[in-house]
Amino acid sequence: MHTADLQTDTAAVKTATVAELVREYPYLQEFLAGKGVVPADCEEKTLSQLGLAEEAMEFIDGMAEFLGEDKSERITSISIQAGTDKDGAGEPFGELQVSAGEIVCIVGPTGSGKSRLLADIEWMAQADTPTSRRVLVNESEPDLSRRFGGGPSIVAQLSQNMNFVMDVSVSEFLALHAESRFTPNAEEVCRRVIETANELAGESFSGETQLTALSGGQARSLMIADTAILSSSPVVLIDEIENAGIDRLAALEVLTGEEKIVLMATHDPMLALKADKRLVIENGGIREVLESSAEERVLLEELVRLDRQQTTLRSALRRGERVGPHTIHAHNATNNFEYNSTGGMQ
Amino acid sequence: MRLVTVSGPPSCGKTAVVLKTAMELRSRDIQAGVIKFDCLATDDDERYRAAGIPVQKGLSGSLCPDHYFVSNIETAFDWGVADGFDLLFSESAGLCNRCSPHIEGVTAVCVIDNLSGLSTPRKIGPMLKAADIVVVTKGDIVSQAEREVFASRVRTANPKAAVLQVNGLSGQGGYELGRLLWEHAGELDKIAGRRLRFPMPSALCSYCLGETRIGSEYQLGNVRSMSIERGQANAHG
Repeated sequence: MHTADLQTDTAAVKTATVAELVREYPYLQEFLAGKGVVPADCEEKTLSQLGLAEEAMEFIDGMAEFLGEDKSERITSISIQAGTDKDGAGEPFGELQVSAGEIVCIVGPTGSGKSRLLADIEWMAQADTPTSRRVLVNESEPDLSRRFGGGPSIVAQLSQNMNFVMDVSVSEFLALHAESRFTPNAEEVCRRVIETANELAGESFSGETQLTALSGGQARSLMIADTAILSSSPVVLIDEIENAGIDRLAALEVLTGEEKIVLMATHDPMLALKADKRLVIENGGIREVLESSAEERVLLEELVRLDRQQTTLRSALRRGERVGPHTIHAHNATNNFEYNSTGGMQ
Repeated sequence: MRLVTVSGPPSCGKTAVVLKTAMELRSRDIQAGVIKFDCLATDDDERYRAAGIPVQKGLSGSLCPDHYFVSNIETAFDWGVADGFDLLFSESAGLCNRCSPHIEGVTAVCVIDNLSGLSTPRKIGPMLKAADIVVVTKGDIVSQAEREVFASRVRTANPKAAVLQVNGLSGQGGYELGRLLWEHAGELDKIAGRRLRFPMPSALCSYCLGETRIGSEYQLGNVRSMSIERGQANAHG
């Protein structure tokens, strides 16, 4: 992202040449294309000469806001101030703060209000939603203009219903995503996304793989790695990570490692107990905020061990091996996901 | 009464979005009605009726749907006033990408879906470019990255609009859209005398008048011939 003065300098935009402006604001090319202007044909002209100065300035202002370039403050925490449930009864937790790198798990039956909680966070509710909750960002009232920016929403979402629909290769897709965010070092970042996704997926893929040809586990891994590394939204809301041959604990670590605030709706025991806090949703409100008990932490260790065994068995089966107690013991000796980092069959 | 024009490509989720928003408004004691414009056939009025939202439908039939819209919006507005609505949605389907039903001083919404392809925001023209609010739908079934890329294309086509993600199935975002519309749309006494934000296409040719035969001898009035570059097959051997 360029660091130039983003309050559009009116005089400068009027007098600069098209070539200079396109260097400064790469997205102007799209604007000019929409006007039927080919930048190469008029590099030395100014926008005033083309009669486009005012529109272009509005465009640049809009894009700067969209890209969040003047809102560089990192979001390190969000706080939810208690509201009410569907019957107007107060939620019992006062204020709940979640910091970057923390995981909060949300439990409760379908229709209990999980989506409303997510929507309150995305909307940065200020007692102006049915729950009357307030959401603070970095412990203060957020800039509400971000609600309609259309760009970097505060919340990125990952759910098991999501699929890739674009008919392009993985590399082309990541390049498009990087381009839409004007990410610096795009190539390097895209390579890192693929590398990370391959560490999560049971079978590795390359940048040349067609997006729609990815297996369920590969696609989910790519979504998680991309959301962690390439998406600028500080909060990630996850609706279940299915057990489709991806290392789910490592996936969570990728997200928290990138300093995301993770909220996860799940009833998977291992993932739920892995969370720092657990919100119990009922009748449209948060009924209780639980922290893991000592007993639950012991249970978590056991669940993690079982999950590792499952993963080991799955990859042995994939390699066409016979499995038995020896498979698990061999795994316990090395205790790593040998098939991941080396990329598949061995 | 407040008026909101809603437009968008076919099957993008206009009806689902209007329906969910009208229901959200009703839960806040705001009575909304819907006038649905379409071309040949629509069952959408049944969906509104089933939800208890007052609705009228207008089918343009053999007429250009854009012209049909603009020549009937006043009648629709008067219906809304007479029936005591607080807000009237005008939902236009079947418009060509050349047009938009958006009116100066009337809140304009464009609905567009994440599945419609990356070039759609640039292709659909004034429907999107002249909108005050852009509602993006079907975000629950595509990846976060695709949503972000799509949002950036929408933003490039219309940097000024407020952009909102609404899920037409679950209704997530409908509450927020309702609130935004209620705050944005101003109270209007009448619609006559207002202007379209973007002129309708200039066309009065023999086909507008029912001609069906093909051939230059049947073409009268406002027609334009496209220029064809010949000899491409030879040039490439």
